[in-house]
Amino acid sequence: MNKMIKDFLRGLWDEHPTFRIMIGMCPTLAVTTSAINGMGMAIATTFVLICSSLLISMLKKVIPGGVRIPAYIIVIATFVTTVDYLMQAYTPDLHEALGVFIPLIVVNCIILGRAEAYASKMPVIWSAFDALGMGLGFTWGLTLIGSIRELLGSGTIFGFSVAPDGFTPFAILTSPPGAFITLGVLLALMNIISDKIAQRTRANQQKTAS
Amino acid sequence: MEYLLLFIGTVIVNNFVLVQFLGICPFLGVSKQVSTSVGMGIATTFVMVMAALASWLIEHFILVPLDLVYLRTLSFILVIAALVQLVEMFLHKSIPGLYRAMGIFLPLITTNCAVLGLSLNAVLRSYNLGESLVYGFGAGVGFTLALILMAGIREELEFADIPKPLKGAAIALITAGLLSLAFSGFAGMI
Repeated sequence: MNKMIKDFLRGLWDEHPTFRIMIGMCPTLAVTTSAINGMGMAIATTFVLICSSLLISMLKKVIPGGVRIPAYIIVIATFVTTVDYLMQAYTPDLHEALGVFIPLIVVNCIILGRAEAYASKMPVIWSAFDALGMGLGFTWGLTLIGSIRELLGSGTIFGFSVAPDGFTPFAILTSPPGAFITLGVLLALMNIISDKIAQRTRANQQKTAS
Repeated sequence: MEYLLLFIGTVIVNNFVLVQFLGICPFLGVSKQVSTSVGMGIATTFVMVMAALASWLIEHFILVPLDLVYLRTLSFILVIAALVQLVEMFLHKSIPGLYRAMGIFLPLITTNCAVLGLSLNAVLRSYNLGESLVYGFGAGVGFTLALILMAGIREELEFADIPKPLKGAAIALITAGLLSLAFSGFAGMI
């Protein structure tokens, strides 16, 4: 049980898909022009991730090793098509804003990566937890990047205006170069934070040792 | 003239990597050496042109006549996977050095969203066969251009004194941001 929780939490920080392993970068950079777009994209991806991890884990004994990758891709593409049509019907504005990046969830390496590295070997419930953890990690990552870019780039957050009067938005942050620079700076901050954490644990260990 | 404008528009103004964010994974992963990025760019360009051709044929001769448009994503990705396999087998036999240098990133062309993105975009914008091919070729050239530019800068970065937290991916992303800024200068060209 403990190990299951550990596997679940791994996706939220230690093996965070965006900030640590750096996979699934295209949607991360492309759709995070606002917090709501980033979050919508991440939730759609999480849905596909959980569904395909579940199904692949159930089918792991049926799928022959030699054709497993094409088989996984078919499973993933099926769920992506479902999400695509669901979003077109229920959230047409978001569907319009995300555009070609919804069908492109198929080639998001996070999903295929989890299928290959985890779901194809582990029991169904474990795979679901792992997928949920990775999905939530992806969601907070994209929402954070989207919020920063929206806040500084247009002075709003989730569409609500929060900037004081006289604030000139940095329009560059909502344009393509801003995506790269925001993520680059965030990664550097992340490195500083984890260095600090590592130093503190080392100091604590030394203290208990002496 | 129309084709030339489409080509320039795809390569420079709407560069696939730096402006549209398609194909970021190989862009960050394979851009450490100029020589491998040239090989990667050429292989990807080949797959892109073939994918543009194949997806046009599938869309107009299978999916639309049989009313199977909802299978578009599924069928395109399978065709791309098969094409990549073909390139892989060819390189393995004829240019083994390049094959080894590209390593894991060669099969990953399948999950390069630039390839699927261009197939889907070409269909969504209802390009004809000629336009699709030009679009596919332009996408490949644009990808190669971005990859080589990035690799050139990163080779120099190896010798630069970078602050520790910025090392690795962080400085690569900021470099990409500055490249993208340069490319956004082309925005008003067409």
